[in-house]
Amino acid sequence: MASILAVDDSASMRQMVSFTLKGAGYDVTEAKDGQEALQIAKSNSYNLVITDINMPNMDGITLTKELRGLPAYKFTPILTLTTESSADKKMAGKQAGATGWIVKPFNPDQLLATVKKVLG
Amino acid sequence: MQQFHQTFFEESFEGLDIMENELLNLDVGNADNESINTIFRSAHSIKGGSGTFGFTAIAEFTHVAETLLDEMRDGIRPVTQESVDLLLKSVDVMRDMLTVYKDGGDMDADNIAEVQGKLEKLLGSDSANTASAQDASANTANENSDGWLITFRPHTEMLRTGNDPVRMIYALAELGEIETKADISELPAFTDLNPEDSFLSWEITLKGDAKKEDISEVFDWVEDECDLDIQPISGASETAPSTDTVETPTTTATTTTAQAAPTPAAAQAPANTASAKKPTESASIRVGIDKVDEIINLVGELVITQAMLGQVGGEISGDESHNNSHMEKLVEGLAQLERNTREIQESVMRIRMLPISFVFSRVPRLVHDLSGKLNKKVNLVTLGEGTELDKTVMEKIGDPMVHLVRNALDHGIETPEERLAAGKEETGTLTLNAYHKGGNIVIELSDDGAGINKERVLNKARANGLVGENETLSDDAINDLIFHPGLSTAETLSDVSGRGVGMDVVRKNIKSLGGSVRVDSNEGEGAIFTIQLPLTLAILDGQLVRVGEETFVVPLVSIIESIQVKSNNLNGIAGKADLYKLRDEYIPVIRADNVFGMNNSFESLNDRLMVVVEGDGHKAGIIVDDLLAQQQVVIKSLETNYQRVDGLSGATILGDGTVALILDIPGMIEMFKEKGVPVPPAPVNPDGNGSDDIADEAA
Repeated sequence: MASILAVDDSASMRQMVSFTLKGAGYDVTEAKDGQEALQIAKSNSYNLVITDINMPNMDGITLTKELRGLPAYKFTPILTLTTESSADKKMAGKQAGATGWIVKPFNPDQLLATVKKVLG
Repeated sequence: MQQFHQTFFEESFEGLDIMENELLNLDVGNADNESINTIFRSAHSIKGGSGTFGFTAIAEFTHVAETLLDEMRDGIRPVTQESVDLLLKSVDVMRDMLTVYKDGGDMDADNIAEVQGKLEKLLGSDSANTASAQDASANTANENSDGWLITFRPHTEMLRTGNDPVRMIYALAELGEIETKADISELPAFTDLNPEDSFLSWEITLKGDAKKEDISEVFDWVEDECDLDIQPISGASETAPSTDTVETPTTTATTTTAQAAPTPAAAQAPANTASAKKPTESASIRVGIDKVDEIINLVGELVITQAMLGQVGGEISGDESHNNSHMEKLVEGLAQLERNTREIQESVMRIRMLPISFVFSRVPRLVHDLSGKLNKKVNLVTLGEGTELDKTVMEKIGDPMVHLVRNALDHGIETPEERLAAGKEETGTLTLNAYHKGGNIVIELSDDGAGINKERVLNKARANGLVGENETLSDDAINDLIFHPGLSTAETLSDVSGRGVGMDVVRKNIKSLGGSVRVDSNEGEGAIFTIQLPLTLAILDGQLVRVGEETFVVPLVSIIESIQVKSNNLNGIAGKADLYKLRDEYIPVIRADNVFGMNNSFESLNDRLMVVVEGDGHKAGIIVDDLLAQQQVVIKSLETNYQRVDGLSGATILGDGTVALILDIPGMIEMFKEKGVPVPPAPVNPDGNGSDDIADEAA
């Protein structure tokens, strides 16, 4: 089954994302900020990365840029979690190399639908 | 979703604390960008989480505060005292809203609306009306029952953002029946082909009643990375399919190429998985307090069992007939068991320990608000924030601390004018310090304010009849008067503190935790309040005493001294109770055997042992038959295991397996004061020949 790296500094969001995706059979690893995610990503491989944007230590935009710089993540789908209000954030994510975004707030069904869109 | 609520609440309350802290530390006019970022991030997380978990009221409110923070972050809006104060109020509102969502109750709608109104006013209320316009334009698409012709031409780099055209075509297939035609005309010769680029484009006919916005949504992420055209097909214009059959074979061929592109990445994946290590977990875990308490309880039992074994082991090894190598090993093992048990106990107790910063962190906000209200300038210094103490003790010490801080700001630190007049710096200093001392934690709260006006306190106490007209008191005794109920010397009552209730409650609360509070002060220089608290409520340092056949535990903190009763110092008052003249004062004599209904009293108190104790500011002497060992005991609640008993605060199990009751010293003194415990009853044991033995043992 596909493996997903879920990155968010909010424990409740992480739990919710992870619980939902695990329930659908995905293999989920959690990271609490960009720095931790990058480290984990380097020693593992994932079919999809879902990352929050506003995080301490390393934000989601920087994480996306860093990941795209790694050969193993050149084509890996990366989704950013973003709020509706920040259209410029969606674009910043895209410019950094993100595949797409998931708009907050979202419910588990919406999350699964979006993940299916990139992983099938 | 409910299973995540607890985590959401915990992290949101933490987030609010962070916001509050950073806001208080914000240097208005020269704000640190990282601080604003941190505040913004907390607000942003709360907004995102509350929206996701269905707490829409918080999400809506936080959105407004976040917008303000976002503008500050982008440098569009200056950081003013006004906006910081408003954001602090917003933190309060968010905290209230969270509490209502968590524990139930009603929201203070007026307050929420008021603060939100102020935020919007500050923002210039131009942010609200933009969203609806976009929605309207999306809906202009007509309902088309014949289908759509979609021309999709990815730019060369589209694959590099991880977007796969095949997925999009699959997604379209879910909206209705599709026919796909690939254009491979841009495909270069194989030798020139860069597998990371995209060369294909598609024309897709989608049949059915799909809406245009559903189709747009499929390409939402790649809007800027492709040329996209979506046109309705009118019923008659079915001209395109003529070429369809010709192109079909190439479609399959090119689709494979498109899928081939991501392969370099995919191929590397399995290789990496093999050597993958488990990612490092975060450094802390959240565990229910009930689980921890269960472990603590079990470890308590373990300590008792270990003590029992130790005692039995000691007895056996003392017996010559058993002396062999097995015996040695047993003794060794028991010694090791004791060490390990003690270590386990200490480790487990530490799980419940939290740094005092949890209490100290409430103070900056309090000082900020109060100094504003009182027009005073106060600099807060906190030291020893990492000092740990038990969670329960921590929760109960919060309110007394808050009261002491209020008191220090209201009565202690003077106004800037008064301070300048007294030759001091304009800004007063309030210092909080915490450190460990023995088995206790000491919290000091000192200010460099006016100190305690001893004369005024004494006059007030005389006026209230607490102190006799001609009675002279030591400085310490005068300072101690401020903890007396009904004594407040503030000349004007304020809503901050000072109705004379409070300091006595502070002392009572601290005492109920087995701690003490004292104050030292030099008039004009300031005051220092020293709170001493046990590190934990689960263990007690006790003095074991024998009363009749029973063993009791007297908390070591309440013992002043132990003496042998001299009958010429004994006075009976009105045949009711005994008083003992201890140097300059008279203290009541409490006969433990009578209090607990054990009828083995001796006729005379002469030469018997008396433990002088203090509880709630009163001294008393407790008559016991013998002083035994001093040891740490694990406290077992009487309420949970049996029922509340006056004069007892709990029980413990001793090494030999017997139960010893723990005396509640303040409670016993209270009982004495209330009823005047019966005078020594008629001798039940007239030939009481024990007194000599006790005198010997005590000697």
